[in-house]
Amino acid sequence: MNKVLVAGKVSGTILKSKDSINFLGTVDKKTGVISDKNHDLYDKSLKNFILVFPSGVGSSVGAYTIYSIKSNNVAPIAMICQKADLTVATGCALANIPLITISNEEFFSLEDGMKISLDTENSNPIHHQ
Amino acid sequence: MELTKQEESALKGEQGETMQMAYRILVATGEATDADKLIPIKWTHLSGVNYNTIGDAGEEFLSSISKDARVKVKTTLNPMGFDIDNVSNYGLDENFISKQLSIKNSYETMGVIPSFSCIPYEIYEIPKEGTQVAFAESNAAIHANSYDGLKTNKESAFSALASALTGKSPYSSLRKEDTPNITINMKIKNPDELSYGMLGFFAGKVGDSSVNISGLSDMDNRQCKAMCGGMGTSGTCAKFIFGDGDSNNEKIDFDEKALQNVHDELNTAENGDIITLGSPQLGLEEITELTEKLKGRSFKKKCMVFTPRTVKTQMQKLGYTNELERAGCEILSDCCTCLTPLINKDDVDVVTTNSIKGAFYLKNSNGVGVNLKSLSQIIEDETK
Repeated sequence: MNKVLVAGKVSGTILKSKDSINFLGTVDKKTGVISDKNHDLYDKSLKNFILVFPSGVGSSVGAYTIYSIKSNNVAPIAMICQKADLTVATGCALANIPLITISNEEFFSLEDGMKISLDTENSNPIHHQ
Repeated sequence: MELTKQEESALKGEQGETMQMAYRILVATGEATDADKLIPIKWTHLSGVNYNTIGDAGEEFLSSISKDARVKVKTTLNPMGFDIDNVSNYGLDENFISKQLSIKNSYETMGVIPSFSCIPYEIYEIPKEGTQVAFAESNAAIHANSYDGLKTNKESAFSALASALTGKSPYSSLRKEDTPNITINMKIKNPDELSYGMLGFFAGKVGDSSVNISGLSDMDNRQCKAMCGGMGTSGTCAKFIFGDGDSNNEKIDFDEKALQNVHDELNTAENGDIITLGSPQLGLEEITELTEKLKGRSFKKKCMVFTPRTVKTQMQKLGYTNELERAGCEILSDCCTCLTPLINKDDVDVVTTNSIKGAFYLKNSNGVGVNLKSLSQIIEDETK
């Protein structure tokens, strides 16, 4: 379902994960790199990407990780999820990272490496470049 | 979401920046969870206390808001990084200690009760059935919703803090009647706490916001906590209901094969260099039982036992502390296995534990090997 959790307007490249993300424990706060060997995005940095992933999972302290990676300038510039969860929603609200949820169909149409613009004011927020 | 005039005014910043931030978080949270309004809550439990997890960003943020932020309802909080009574045994650097004490001080300034525990449901009286609370600690939220007759969302550190400062929380799914669409059938015979922890971990992966679990026999306290801890670690699920549930529910068996898969994911080594008990922290009942089991025995290696400070005080009076220390245990209060700075991969290769939650974070955050065993197996293998 389409929802705007945190408003904003950005353009950038998609980094897409098939796996959910547990921000606490699997994302390095200083580098923004995923450290879980079993994860789809293992060893990749989230920095400056539009991060597309199913949803956040795990302990709620993960919201501070989102705040930390933003403070350390290694955060994604926006996040797009299939399902909103409280950790990601509040982390993004505090860090002021735009966050929307989209339909399954739209989620599957977004591919890693695509360049898009995102404007939450627009009724159709995602535009391909 | 529909807001009252007073809430609108706070959101516009007319009651100061801190309240504006608090309401912004509540609104984002409410939108995320299909809430149509905010409701009053009676008790909040905060996460985001350990300097190891919140870092400088968290420390600075809390220090800044504590200048004017004050909690409006009873507020307790999660463990921090160490126990000040024995931190000198661990060689933590001065910076860690001073930043952690700054975080402690910020919360106390805001009026938070310094409980430093992940088991508020065991050390405080449970309010009457149906009371709305806001618990951020995942195992405590699951325990509250599934056992204690309370109602909470699985809050984030920020939404719980916003609730503490405003006395309100979004009226979302888990506060209303919630019907799970998945039923997990427990097929493991004679399960110990490890099996229940793995069941929780499995259920948390497949469940959405809540699950039914069928085939469960009576659980003791440790098994129940193990299940809540496991479930909170692997997913967004924050409630389970005993029973078969709706006949249209998707049915999934938790059988020997499923158990083995979870075990293989979390058990990465054999023979720990140290043992940890806790995550969730041990309550007085578990401490009493542990003391019984260790009569006449002692550990061959160090065993770290994590418990709330209130329990540590009770243990001392009851003589359990002496007994456990004699058996090779170190008692640590105010902190826990989960994201502990006290276990460092430079000094420790493998940790033996019976905690699924502990195993997950030891493996992924501390980067050490994990040897998973039930408590009775640990005592059999590791004591003489």
